[in-house]
Amino acid sequence: MSNAAMLEIRDLEAWYGESHVLHGVSLDIHPGEVVTLLGRNGAGKTSTLRSMMGLVGRRSGSIKFEGRETIGLRSDLIARTGIAYCPEERGIFASLDVTENLMLPPVIAPGGLGLDEIYTLFPNLKERARSPGTKLSGGEQQMLAIARILRTGARLLLLDEPSEGLAPVIVQQIGAMIREIKQRGFTVLLVEQNFRFAQTVADRHYVMEHGRVVDMVENGQLASSLDRLHEYLGV
Amino acid sequence: MIENLLFELEMAAPQVILGLVNGAFYALLSLGLAIIFGMLNVINFAHGAQFMMGAFVAWMLLAWAGIPYWGALVLAPLIVGAFGVVIERTMIARLYKLDHLYGLLLTFGLALIIEGVFRNGFGSSGLPYAPPAAFNALNIDIPIMFLPGYRVWVVIASFLVCLATWLVIEKTKIGAYLRAATERPELVQAFGVNVPRMMTLTYGAGVALAAFAGVLAAPIYSVNPAMGANFIITVFAVVVIGGMGSIMGSVVTGFGLGLIEGLARVVYPEASATVVFVIMAIVLLTRPAGLFGRG
Ligand SMILES: Nc1ncnc2c1ncn2[C@@H]1O[C@H](COP(=O)(O)OP(=O)(O)OP(=O)(O)O)[C@@H](O)[C@H]1O
Ligand SMILES: [Mg+2]
Repeated sequence: MSNAAMLEIRDLEAWYGESHVLHGVSLDIHPGEVVTLLGRNGAGKTSTLRSMMGLVGRRSGSIKFEGRETIGLRSDLIARTGIAYCPEERGIFASLDVTENLMLPPVIAPGGLGLDEIYTLFPNLKERARSPGTKLSGGEQQMLAIARILRTGARLLLLDEPSEGLAPVIVQQIGAMIREIKQRGFTVLLVEQNFRFAQTVADRHYVMEHGRVVDMVENGQLASSLDRLHEYLGV
Repeated sequence: MIENLLFELEMAAPQVILGLVNGAFYALLSLGLAIIFGMLNVINFAHGAQFMMGAFVAWMLLAWAGIPYWGALVLAPLIVGAFGVVIERTMIARLYKLDHLYGLLLTFGLALIIEGVFRNGFGSSGLPYAPPAAFNALNIDIPIMFLPGYRVWVVIASFLVCLATWLVIEKTKIGAYLRAATERPELVQAFGVNVPRMMTLTYGAGVALAAFAGVLAAPIYSVNPAMGANFIITVFAVVVIGGMGSIMGSVVTGFGLGLIEGLARVVYPEASATVVFVIMAIVLLTRPAGLFGRG
Protein backbone atom coordinates (compact mmCIF):
# COMPACT_ATOMS: atom_id res chain seq x y z
CA MET A 1 0.00 0.00 0.00
CA SER A 2 1.48 3.37 -0.95
CA ASN A 3 1.40 6.22 1.51
CA ALA A 4 -0.37 8.80 -0.61
CA ALA A 5 -4.12 8.31 -0.37
CA MET A 6 -5.94 8.12 -3.68
CA LEU A 7 -9.08 9.47 -2.08
CA GLU A 8 -9.12 11.68 0.98
CA ILE A 9 -12.44 12.75 2.49
CA ARG A 10 -12.43 15.19 5.40
CA ASP A 11 -15.37 16.54 7.41
CA LEU A 12 -17.83 15.91 4.61
CA GLU A 13 -21.30 17.21 5.37
CA ALA A 14 -24.27 16.93 3.04
CA TRP A 15 -27.85 18.09 2.81
CA TYR A 16 -30.93 17.07 0.84
CA GLY A 17 -32.87 20.31 0.84
CA GLU A 18 -33.36 21.12 4.50
CA SER A 19 -32.38 17.71 5.84
CA HIS A 20 -28.80 17.41 7.00
CA VAL A 21 -27.73 13.80 6.32
CA LEU A 22 -23.92 13.70 6.62
CA HIS A 23 -22.32 15.21 9.71
CA GLY A 24 -18.59 15.08 9.06
CA VAL A 25 -17.46 11.97 7.20
CA SER A 26 -13.70 11.39 6.99
CA LEU A 27 -11.99 8.46 5.28
CA ASP A 28 -9.01 7.54 3.11
CA ILE A 29 -8.62 5.05 0.31
CA HIS A 30 -5.26 4.00 -1.09
CA PRO A 31 -4.63 2.94 -4.67
CA GLY A 32 -5.53 -0.67 -5.34
CA GLU A 33 -7.56 -1.13 -2.14
CA VAL A 34 -11.05 -2.51 -1.81
CA VAL A 35 -12.65 -0.65 1.08
CA THR A 36 -16.19 -1.08 2.36
CA LEU A 37 -18.61 1.29 4.00
CA LEU A 38 -20.71 -0.72 6.43
CA GLY A 39 -23.67 0.56 8.40
CA ARG A 40 -27.34 0.13 9.12
CA ASN A 41 -30.18 1.36 6.94
CA GLY A 42 -30.12 5.14 6.78
CA ALA A 43 -26.59 5.46 8.19
CA GLY A 44 -25.57 7.64 5.24
CA LYS A 45 -23.62 5.19 3.04
CA THR A 46 -25.44 6.02 -0.19
CA SER A 47 -25.37 9.70 0.69
CA THR A 48 -21.58 9.51 1.02
CA LEU A 49 -21.23 8.07 -2.49
CA ARG A 50 -23.75 10.53 -3.91
CA SER A 51 -21.88 13.41 -2.28
CA MET A 52 -18.66 12.21 -3.86
CA MET A 53 -20.38 12.31 -7.26
CA GLY A 54 -21.94 15.72 -6.68
CA LEU A 55 -25.46 14.29 -6.59
CA VAL A 56 -26.71 15.81 -3.34
CA GLY A 57 -28.27 19.23 -2.92
CA ARG A 58 -25.42 20.80 -0.98
CA ARG A 59 -22.18 19.56 0.55
CA SER A 60 -19.21 20.98 2.43
CA GLY A 61 -15.83 19.74 3.64
CA SER A 62 -13.15 18.29 1.41
CA ILE A 63 -13.03 15.43 -1.10
CA LYS A 64 -9.60 15.12 -2.66
CA PHE A 65 -9.12 12.62 -5.47
CA GLU A 66 -5.49 12.05 -6.48
CA GLY A 67 -4.62 15.29 -4.76
CA ARG A 68 -7.29 17.33 -6.53
CA GLU A 69 -10.17 18.96 -4.64
CA THR A 70 -13.50 17.92 -6.20
CA ILE A 71 -16.00 19.27 -3.68
CA GLY A 72 -16.91 22.25 -5.88
CA LEU A 73 -17.08 20.40 -9.22
CA ARG A 74 -20.17 19.55 -11.28
CA SER A 75 -20.88 15.83 -11.37
CA ASP A 76 -19.81 15.26 -14.99
CA LEU A 77 -16.47 16.90 -14.23
CA ILE A 78 -16.05 14.75 -11.12
CA ALA A 79 -16.61 11.66 -13.27
CA ARG A 80 -13.95 12.90 -15.66
CA THR A 81 -11.34 13.02 -12.89
CA GLY A 82 -11.54 9.19 -12.91
CA ILE A 83 -14.34 8.15 -10.54
CA ALA A 84 -17.20 5.91 -11.69
CA TYR A 85 -20.45 5.26 -9.88
CA CYS A 86 -22.75 2.24 -9.78
CA PRO A 87 -25.92 3.32 -7.96
CA GLU A 88 -27.85 1.26 -5.42
CA GLU A 89 -30.88 1.00 -7.73
CA ARG A 90 -28.49 0.01 -10.56
CA GLY A 91 -29.75 2.63 -12.98
CA ILE A 92 -30.22 0.41 -16.02
CA PHE A 93 -32.04 2.36 -18.73
CA ALA A 94 -35.28 0.82 -20.00
CA SER A 95 -35.17 2.58 -23.36
CA LEU A 96 -31.64 1.32 -24.12
CA ASP A 97 -30.75 -2.24 -25.04
CA VAL A 98 -28.02 -4.13 -23.19
CA THR A 99 -25.23 -3.06 -25.53
CA GLU A 100 -26.35 0.56 -25.48
CA ASN A 101 -26.44 0.48 -21.68
CA LEU A 102 -22.97 -1.06 -21.65
CA MET A 103 -21.52 1.51 -24.05
CA LEU A 104 -23.28 4.53 -22.53
CA PRO A 105 -20.69 5.91 -20.06
CA PRO A 106 -18.11 7.80 -22.09
CA VAL A 107 -14.50 6.64 -21.95
CA ILE A 108 -12.75 9.25 -19.84
CA ALA A 109 -9.20 7.86 -19.84
CA PRO A 110 -7.23 5.02 -21.40
CA GLY A 111 -6.80 1.83 -19.37
CA GLY A 112 -10.40 0.60 -19.09
CA LEU A 113 -11.35 -2.97 -19.95
CA GLY A 114 -11.93 -3.75 -23.60
CA LEU A 115 -15.23 -5.14 -24.81
CA ASP A 116 -13.69 -8.64 -25.22
CA GLU A 117 -12.51 -8.67 -21.61
CA ILE A 118 -15.92 -7.51 -20.44
CA TYR A 119 -17.68 -10.27 -22.37
CA THR A 120 -15.25 -12.80 -20.91
CA LEU A 121 -16.09 -11.60 -17.41
CA PHE A 122 -19.82 -11.29 -18.16
CA PRO A 123 -20.79 -13.75 -20.92
CA ASN A 124 -24.52 -13.15 -20.38
CA LEU A 125 -24.21 -9.59 -21.56
CA LYS A 126 -23.15 -10.80 -24.97
CA GLU A 127 -25.97 -13.32 -25.27
CA ARG A 128 -28.57 -10.72 -24.32
CA ALA A 129 -26.99 -7.87 -26.31
CA ARG A 130 -30.23 -6.78 -28.01
CA SER A 131 -32.64 -7.14 -25.07
CA PRO A 132 -33.93 -3.99 -23.42
CA GLY A 133 -31.73 -3.36 -20.37
CA THR A 134 -34.51 -3.76 -17.85
CA LYS A 135 -35.60 -7.16 -19.26
CA LEU A 136 -32.49 -8.74 -17.69
CA SER A 137 -32.71 -10.57 -14.36
CA GLY A 138 -31.70 -8.68 -11.23
CA GLY A 139 -28.29 -10.35 -11.17
CA GLU A 140 -27.66 -9.64 -14.85
CA GLN A 141 -28.69 -6.01 -14.38
CA GLN A 142 -26.20 -5.70 -11.53
CA MET A 143 -23.47 -7.23 -13.72
CA LEU A 144 -24.36 -4.78 -16.49
CA ALA A 145 -24.29 -1.84 -14.07
CA ILE A 146 -20.78 -2.81 -12.97
CA ALA A 147 -19.54 -3.85 -16.41
CA ARG A 148 -20.38 -0.51 -17.97
CA ILE A 149 -18.15 1.40 -15.55
CA LEU A 150 -15.17 -0.92 -16.09
CA ARG A 151 -14.88 0.26 -19.69
CA THR A 152 -14.41 3.93 -19.00
CA GLY A 153 -10.87 4.06 -17.69
CA ALA A 154 -12.04 5.31 -14.28
CA ARG A 155 -9.63 4.14 -11.58
CA LEU A 156 -11.89 4.43 -8.54
CA LEU A 157 -15.19 2.55 -8.61
CA LEU A 158 -18.02 3.35 -6.20
CA LEU A 159 -20.32 0.32 -5.87
CA ASP A 160 -23.49 0.76 -3.84
CA GLU A 161 -24.71 -2.57 -2.38
CA PRO A 162 -24.11 -4.75 -5.44
CA SER A 163 -25.17 -7.85 -3.45
CA GLU A 164 -28.53 -6.42 -2.40
CA GLY A 165 -31.49 -8.66 -3.15
CA LEU A 166 -29.54 -11.23 -5.14
CA ALA A 167 -29.39 -15.03 -4.75
CA PRO A 168 -26.32 -16.40 -2.91
CA VAL A 169 -24.82 -17.93 -6.04
CA ILE A 170 -25.00 -14.56 -7.83
CA VAL A 171 -23.53 -12.80 -4.80
CA GLN A 172 -20.60 -15.24 -5.02
CA GLN A 173 -20.12 -14.39 -8.69
CA ILE A 174 -20.11 -10.70 -7.86
CA GLY A 175 -17.54 -11.36 -5.12
CA ALA A 176 -15.31 -13.20 -7.58
CA MET A 177 -15.71 -10.38 -10.04
CA ILE A 178 -14.69 -7.75 -7.45
CA ARG A 179 -11.58 -9.75 -6.57
CA GLU A 180 -10.80 -10.02 -10.28
CA ILE A 181 -11.05 -6.26 -10.87
CA LYS A 182 -8.91 -5.63 -7.79
CA GLN A 183 -6.30 -7.91 -9.43
CA ARG A 184 -6.45 -5.66 -12.43
CA GLY A 185 -5.56 -2.63 -10.34
CA PHE A 186 -8.96 -0.99 -9.84
CA THR A 187 -9.62 0.71 -6.52
CA VAL A 188 -13.08 0.08 -5.08
CA LEU A 189 -15.25 1.75 -2.47
CA LEU A 190 -17.98 -0.76 -1.74
CA VAL A 191 -21.12 0.02 0.23
CA GLU A 192 -22.44 -3.10 1.97
CA GLN A 193 -24.80 -4.23 4.67
CA ASN A 194 -23.90 -7.87 4.15
CA PHE A 195 -20.69 -8.00 6.06
CA ARG A 196 -20.13 -11.71 5.52
CA PHE A 197 -19.91 -10.85 1.84
CA ALA A 198 -17.80 -7.76 2.54
CA GLN A 199 -15.11 -9.73 4.33
CA THR A 200 -14.57 -11.97 1.30
CA VAL A 201 -13.54 -9.04 -0.90
CA ALA A 202 -12.28 -6.11 1.18
CA ASP A 203 -9.00 -4.94 2.69
CA ARG A 204 -10.58 -2.61 5.22
CA HIS A 205 -14.01 -1.66 6.50
CA TYR A 206 -15.31 1.72 7.58
CA VAL A 207 -18.39 1.73 9.77
CA MET A 208 -20.97 4.51 9.49
CA GLU A 209 -23.59 5.57 11.98
CA HIS A 210 -25.90 8.61 11.86
CA GLY A 211 -24.05 10.32 9.02
CA ARG A 212 -20.54 9.83 10.45
CA VAL A 213 -17.70 7.32 10.11
CA VAL A 214 -17.41 5.87 13.60
CA ASP A 215 -14.88 3.06 13.21
CA MET A 216 -12.41 1.37 10.90
CA VAL A 217 -11.45 -2.30 10.95
CA GLU A 218 -8.72 -4.04 8.93
CA ASN A 219 -10.06 -7.15 7.28
CA GLY A 220 -7.33 -9.18 9.08
CA GLN A 221 -8.57 -7.95 12.44
CA LEU A 222 -12.16 -8.77 11.66
CA ALA A 223 -12.34 -11.93 13.76
CA SER A 224 -11.28 -10.10 16.92
CA SER A 225 -13.64 -7.19 16.25
CA LEU A 226 -16.77 -9.22 15.57
CA ASP A 227 -18.59 -8.23 18.77
CA ARG A 228 -18.02 -4.56 18.08
CA LEU A 229 -19.22 -4.90 14.49
CA HIS A 230 -22.30 -6.85 15.46
CA GLU A 231 -23.22 -4.04 17.78
CA TYR A 232 -22.82 -1.40 15.06
CA LEU A 233 -24.72 -3.37 12.48
CA GLY A 234 -27.33 -4.85 14.78
CA VAL A 235 -26.93 -8.35 13.35
CA MET B 1 -72.04 3.74 -61.25
CA ILE B 2 -68.36 4.03 -62.10
CA GLU B 3 -68.82 7.63 -63.10
CA ASN B 4 -70.47 8.24 -59.79
CA LEU B 5 -67.52 6.77 -57.95
CA LEU B 6 -65.08 8.85 -59.97
CA PHE B 7 -67.06 11.92 -59.11
CA GLU B 8 -66.96 11.08 -55.44
CA LEU B 9 -63.22 10.49 -55.61
CA GLU B 10 -62.78 13.78 -57.38
CA MET B 11 -64.55 15.47 -54.50
CA ALA B 12 -62.71 13.57 -51.81
CA ALA B 13 -59.14 13.29 -53.05
CA PRO B 14 -58.14 16.95 -52.73
CA GLN B 15 -59.44 17.12 -49.17
CA VAL B 16 -57.64 13.97 -48.15
CA ILE B 17 -54.43 15.23 -49.75
CA LEU B 18 -54.84 18.59 -48.04
CA GLY B 19 -55.21 16.64 -44.82
CA LEU B 20 -51.96 14.82 -45.52
CA VAL B 21 -50.17 18.15 -46.11
CA ASN B 22 -51.50 19.49 -42.82
CA GLY B 23 -50.46 16.21 -41.22
CA ALA B 24 -46.92 16.78 -42.48
CA PHE B 25 -46.82 20.02 -40.47
CA TYR B 26 -48.46 18.45 -37.43
CA ALA B 27 -45.87 15.68 -37.47
CA LEU B 28 -42.85 18.01 -37.73
CA LEU B 29 -44.14 20.38 -35.08
CA SER B 30 -45.23 17.76 -32.59
CA LEU B 31 -41.94 15.91 -33.12
CA GLY B 32 -40.02 19.00 -31.99
CA LEU B 33 -42.35 19.47 -29.03
CA ALA B 34 -41.95 15.82 -28.04
CA ILE B 35 -38.15 15.95 -28.15
CA ILE B 36 -38.08 19.13 -26.08
CA PHE B 37 -40.58 17.81 -23.57
CA GLY B 38 -38.81 14.45 -23.24
CA MET B 39 -35.44 15.96 -22.45
CA LEU B 40 -36.26 19.27 -20.75
CA ASN B 41 -39.66 18.56 -19.27
CA VAL B 42 -40.75 21.89 -20.67
CA ILE B 43 -43.91 22.33 -22.71
CA ASN B 44 -42.62 24.72 -25.33
CA PHE B 45 -45.46 27.13 -25.91
CA ALA B 46 -43.16 29.25 -28.08
CA HIS B 47 -43.12 26.47 -30.69
CA GLY B 48 -45.71 28.14 -32.92
CA ALA B 49 -43.87 31.45 -32.75
CA GLN B 50 -40.62 29.70 -33.67
CA PHE B 51 -42.36 28.04 -36.63
CA MET B 52 -43.50 31.48 -37.73
CA MET B 53 -39.94 32.81 -37.27
CA GLY B 54 -38.70 30.09 -39.63
CA ALA B 55 -41.08 31.35 -42.32
CA PHE B 56 -40.12 34.97 -41.72
CA VAL B 57 -36.40 34.25 -41.78
CA ALA B 58 -36.89 32.46 -45.11
CA TRP B 59 -38.73 35.55 -46.40
CA MET B 60 -36.01 37.91 -45.09
CA LEU B 61 -33.23 35.80 -46.57
CA LEU B 62 -34.90 36.05 -49.97
CA ALA B 63 -36.04 39.68 -49.79
CA TRP B 64 -32.97 41.15 -48.13
CA ALA B 65 -30.11 38.87 -49.09
CA GLY B 66 -31.35 37.21 -52.26
CA ILE B 67 -30.88 33.76 -50.73
CA PRO B 68 -33.40 31.43 -52.39
CA TYR B 69 -35.64 28.71 -50.95
CA TRP B 70 -33.02 25.94 -50.80
CA GLY B 71 -30.62 28.11 -48.87
CA ALA B 72 -33.38 29.15 -46.50
CA LEU B 73 -34.33 25.54 -45.89
CA VAL B 74 -30.90 25.04 -44.32
CA LEU B 75 -30.11 28.51 -42.96
CA ALA B 76 -33.43 29.43 -41.35
CA PRO B 77 -33.49 26.40 -39.02
CA LEU B 78 -29.87 27.13 -38.04
CA ILE B 79 -30.61 30.79 -37.34
CA VAL B 80 -33.83 30.18 -35.42
CA GLY B 81 -32.23 27.17 -33.65
CA ALA B 82 -29.39 29.43 -32.50
CA PHE B 83 -32.02 31.83 -31.19
CA GLY B 84 -33.50 28.87 -29.29
CA VAL B 85 -30.08 28.06 -27.82
CA VAL B 86 -29.80 31.60 -26.48
CA ILE B 87 -33.33 31.46 -25.02
CA GLU B 88 -32.54 28.15 -23.28
CA ARG B 89 -29.21 29.32 -21.85
CA THR B 90 -30.43 32.69 -20.62
CA MET B 91 -33.97 31.86 -19.49
CA ILE B 92 -35.32 28.31 -19.62
CA ALA B 93 -32.26 26.75 -17.93
CA ARG B 94 -33.05 28.74 -14.80
CA LEU B 95 -36.42 27.05 -14.42
CA TYR B 96 -35.53 23.33 -14.42
CA LYS B 97 -35.57 23.06 -10.66
CA LEU B 98 -39.04 24.62 -10.45
CA ASP B 99 -42.47 23.29 -11.34
CA HIS B 100 -43.31 22.54 -15.03
CA LEU B 101 -45.74 25.40 -14.94
CA TYR B 102 -42.95 28.00 -14.92
CA GLY B 103 -41.47 26.72 -18.18
CA LEU B 104 -44.90 26.79 -19.75
CA LEU B 105 -45.59 30.33 -18.56
CA LEU B 106 -42.18 31.55 -19.71
CA THR B 107 -42.48 30.08 -23.21
CA PHE B 108 -46.08 31.29 -23.49
CA GLY B 109 -44.90 34.80 -22.64
CA LEU B 110 -42.08 34.48 -25.17
CA ALA B 111 -44.56 33.42 -27.86
CA LEU B 112 -46.66 36.56 -27.23
CA ILE B 113 -43.58 38.78 -27.31
CA ILE B 114 -42.18 37.25 -30.50
CA GLU B 115 -45.54 37.46 -32.28
CA GLY B 116 -45.98 41.04 -31.10
CA VAL B 117 -42.56 42.06 -32.38
CA PHE B 118 -43.25 40.55 -35.81
CA ARG B 119 -46.71 42.12 -35.99
CA ASN B 120 -45.14 45.51 -35.24
CA GLY B 121 -42.42 45.05 -37.78
CA PHE B 122 -44.32 43.44 -40.63
CA GLY B 123 -48.04 44.03 -40.01
CA SER B 124 -50.53 41.20 -39.88
CA SER B 125 -51.65 41.04 -43.51
CA GLY B 126 -49.01 38.55 -44.58
CA LEU B 127 -46.16 38.53 -47.07
CA PRO B 128 -46.02 36.39 -50.20
CA TYR B 129 -43.28 33.80 -50.68
CA ALA B 130 -43.29 31.97 -54.00
CA PRO B 131 -42.06 28.39 -54.18
CA PRO B 132 -39.30 27.69 -56.71
CA ALA B 133 -40.74 26.93 -60.15
CA ALA B 134 -38.82 23.65 -60.18
CA PHE B 135 -41.52 22.05 -58.04
CA ASN B 136 -43.92 22.16 -60.98
CA ALA B 137 -42.13 19.04 -62.16
CA LEU B 138 -43.70 17.25 -59.19
CA ASN B 139 -47.23 18.39 -60.08
CA ILE B 140 -49.69 15.53 -59.97
CA ASP B 141 -52.25 16.05 -62.69
CA ILE B 142 -54.53 13.04 -63.02
CA PRO B 143 -58.24 12.77 -63.90
CA ILE B 144 -59.46 12.80 -60.32
CA MET B 145 -57.36 15.73 -59.16
CA PHE B 146 -54.62 18.28 -59.59
CA LEU B 147 -52.01 18.51 -56.83
CA PRO B 148 -49.33 21.22 -56.91
CA GLY B 149 -45.85 19.73 -56.86
CA TYR B 150 -44.84 21.86 -53.91
CA ARG B 151 -47.33 20.08 -51.66
CA VAL B 152 -45.99 16.72 -52.75
CA TRP B 153 -42.56 17.98 -51.75
CA VAL B 154 -43.82 19.13 -48.34
CA VAL B 155 -45.13 15.66 -47.53
CA ILE B 156 -41.92 14.00 -48.71
CA ALA B 157 -39.63 16.48 -46.91
CA SER B 158 -41.56 16.21 -43.66
CA PHE B 159 -41.57 12.44 -43.83
CA LEU B 160 -37.81 12.30 -44.52
CA VAL B 161 -36.93 14.71 -41.72
CA CYS B 162 -39.15 12.83 -39.26
CA LEU B 163 -37.56 9.55 -40.31
CA ALA B 164 -34.04 10.97 -39.98
CA THR B 165 -34.82 12.37 -36.54
CA TRP B 166 -36.23 9.03 -35.45
CA LEU B 167 -33.13 7.21 -36.73
CA VAL B 168 -30.82 9.58 -34.87
CA ILE B 169 -32.72 9.09 -31.64
CA GLU B 170 -33.16 5.32 -31.88
CA LYS B 171 -30.01 4.18 -33.63
CA THR B 172 -27.09 6.45 -32.75
CA LYS B 173 -24.87 7.06 -29.76
CA ILE B 174 -26.16 10.62 -29.42
CA GLY B 175 -29.68 9.21 -29.41
CA ALA B 176 -28.71 6.74 -26.66
CA TYR B 177 -27.48 9.65 -24.53
CA LEU B 178 -30.71 11.47 -25.24
CA ARG B 179 -32.92 8.51 -24.30
CA ALA B 180 -30.89 7.80 -21.17
CA ALA B 181 -30.90 11.43 -20.09
CA THR B 182 -34.66 11.54 -20.62
CA GLU B 183 -34.95 8.71 -18.08
CA ARG B 184 -32.30 9.73 -15.52
CA PRO B 185 -30.42 12.92 -16.33
CA GLU B 186 -28.45 13.04 -13.07
CA LEU B 187 -27.01 9.55 -13.56
CA VAL B 188 -26.02 10.25 -17.17
CA GLN B 189 -24.28 13.37 -15.94
CA ALA B 190 -22.53 11.38 -13.20
CA PHE B 191 -21.05 9.21 -15.98
CA GLY B 192 -19.29 12.29 -17.31
CA VAL B 193 -21.76 13.56 -19.91
CA ASN B 194 -22.35 17.30 -20.00
CA VAL B 195 -26.13 17.05 -19.63
CA PRO B 196 -26.81 20.78 -19.34
CA ARG B 197 -25.19 21.28 -22.73
CA MET B 198 -27.23 18.39 -24.15
CA MET B 199 -30.39 20.07 -22.94
CA THR B 200 -29.41 23.32 -24.61
CA LEU B 201 -28.69 21.59 -27.91
CA THR B 202 -31.89 19.55 -27.69
CA TYR B 203 -33.92 22.70 -27.28
CA GLY B 204 -32.06 24.22 -30.21
CA ALA B 205 -32.77 21.14 -32.34
CA GLY B 206 -36.47 21.11 -31.44
CA VAL B 207 -36.73 24.80 -32.31
CA ALA B 208 -34.84 24.19 -35.56
CA LEU B 209 -37.42 21.55 -36.50
CA ALA B 210 -40.18 24.10 -35.94
CA ALA B 211 -38.32 26.61 -38.10
CA PHE B 212 -37.83 23.98 -40.83
CA ALA B 213 -41.59 23.42 -40.82
CA GLY B 214 -41.97 27.20 -41.03
CA VAL B 215 -39.85 27.38 -44.18
CA LEU B 216 -41.86 24.54 -45.72
CA ALA B 217 -45.04 26.42 -44.86
CA ALA B 218 -43.93 29.81 -46.21
CA PRO B 219 -44.95 29.17 -49.86
CA ILE B 220 -48.28 27.59 -48.87
CA TYR B 221 -49.62 30.03 -46.30
CA SER B 222 -48.87 33.70 -46.46
CA VAL B 223 -45.98 34.53 -44.15
CA ASN B 224 -47.69 36.27 -41.25
CA PRO B 225 -47.22 36.63 -37.47
CA ALA B 226 -50.28 34.54 -36.61
CA MET B 227 -49.43 31.53 -38.79
CA GLY B 228 -47.90 29.62 -35.87
CA ALA B 229 -50.68 30.38 -33.43
CA ASN B 230 -53.21 28.95 -35.90
CA PHE B 231 -51.38 25.66 -36.09
CA ILE B 232 -50.12 25.21 -32.60
CA ILE B 233 -53.40 24.51 -30.81
CA THR B 234 -54.04 21.49 -33.04
CA VAL B 235 -50.42 20.44 -32.64
CA PHE B 236 -50.77 20.40 -28.87
CA ALA B 237 -53.79 18.16 -29.28
CA VAL B 238 -51.68 15.88 -31.50
CA VAL B 239 -48.99 15.69 -28.82
CA VAL B 240 -51.53 14.82 -26.15
CA ILE B 241 -53.10 12.12 -28.35
CA GLY B 242 -49.73 10.63 -29.36
CA GLY B 243 -48.39 10.69 -25.82
CA MET B 244 -46.21 13.46 -24.38
CA GLY B 245 -42.60 12.88 -25.28
CA SER B 246 -43.16 9.89 -27.59
CA ILE B 247 -41.17 10.41 -30.80
CA MET B 248 -42.82 7.73 -32.91
CA GLY B 249 -46.19 8.67 -31.41
CA SER B 250 -45.99 12.28 -32.47
CA VAL B 251 -45.03 11.46 -36.06
CA VAL B 252 -47.65 8.76 -36.62
CA THR B 253 -50.33 10.77 -34.84
CA GLY B 254 -49.41 13.93 -36.75
CA PHE B 255 -49.85 12.37 -40.18
CA GLY B 256 -52.82 10.28 -39.02
CA LEU B 257 -54.79 13.19 -37.62
CA GLY B 258 -54.11 15.30 -40.67
CA LEU B 259 -55.68 12.52 -42.76
CA ILE B 260 -58.61 12.14 -40.39
CA GLU B 261 -59.28 15.88 -40.57
CA GLY B 262 -59.21 15.65 -44.36
CA LEU B 263 -61.63 12.72 -44.38
CA ALA B 264 -63.92 14.54 -41.96
CA ARG B 265 -64.05 17.43 -44.41
CA VAL B 266 -65.47 15.04 -47.02
CA VAL B 267 -67.80 13.02 -44.85
CA TYR B 268 -69.06 15.60 -42.41
CA PRO B 269 -67.47 19.03 -43.00
CA GLU B 270 -69.03 20.59 -39.91
CA ALA B 271 -66.88 18.29 -37.74
CA SER B 272 -63.55 18.86 -39.47
CA ALA B 273 -62.47 21.65 -37.14
CA THR B 274 -63.33 19.76 -33.99
CA VAL B 275 -62.60 16.14 -34.83
CA VAL B 276 -59.04 16.32 -33.46
CA PHE B 277 -60.28 17.64 -30.14
CA VAL B 278 -63.01 15.03 -29.90
CA ILE B 279 -60.36 12.35 -30.45
CA MET B 280 -58.20 14.02 -27.84
CA ALA B 281 -60.99 13.89 -25.29
CA ILE B 282 -61.66 10.21 -26.03
CA VAL B 283 -57.95 9.32 -25.79
CA LEU B 284 -57.55 11.25 -22.53
CA LEU B 285 -60.51 9.40 -21.06
CA THR B 286 -59.39 5.94 -22.13
CA ARG B 287 -55.58 6.18 -22.30
CA PRO B 288 -54.44 9.21 -20.30
CA ALA B 289 -50.78 8.63 -21.23
CA GLY B 290 -51.65 8.93 -24.95
CA LEU B 291 -51.74 6.29 -27.67
CA PHE B 292 -47.97 5.76 -27.68
CA GLY B 293 -47.22 7.01 -24.17
CA ARG B 294 -45.47 4.94 -21.55
CA GLY B 295 -47.09 4.30 -18.22
N1 LIG C 1 -33.41 12.24 -1.40
C1 LIG C 1 -33.43 12.35 -0.06
N2 LIG C 1 -34.07 13.38 0.53
C2 LIG C 1 -34.08 13.52 1.87
N3 LIG C 1 -33.49 12.66 2.72
C3 LIG C 1 -32.85 11.60 2.19
C4 LIG C 1 -32.78 11.39 0.77
N4 LIG C 1 -32.09 10.26 0.55
C5 LIG C 1 -31.72 9.79 1.76
N5 LIG C 1 -32.19 10.59 2.76
C6 LIG C 1 -31.97 10.41 4.20
O1 LIG C 1 -30.59 10.44 4.45
C7 LIG C 1 -30.24 9.52 5.44
C8 LIG C 1 -29.14 8.63 4.91
O2 LIG C 1 -29.65 7.87 3.83
P1 LIG C 1 -28.74 6.95 2.92
O3 LIG C 1 -29.58 6.56 1.75
O4 LIG C 1 -27.46 7.63 2.65
O5 LIG C 1 -28.51 5.70 3.87
P2 LIG C 1 -27.86 4.31 3.55
O6 LIG C 1 -26.83 4.12 4.58
O7 LIG C 1 -27.44 4.22 2.14
O8 LIG C 1 -29.06 3.32 3.84
P3 LIG C 1 -29.49 1.95 3.10
O9 LIG C 1 -28.65 0.90 3.70
O10 LIG C 1 -30.92 1.81 3.47
O11 LIG C 1 -29.27 2.12 1.64
C9 LIG C 1 -31.50 8.74 5.79
O12 LIG C 1 -31.99 9.27 6.99
C10 LIG C 1 -32.43 9.04 4.65
O13 LIG C 1 -33.76 9.07 5.10
MG1 LIG D 1 -28.06 3.09 0.55
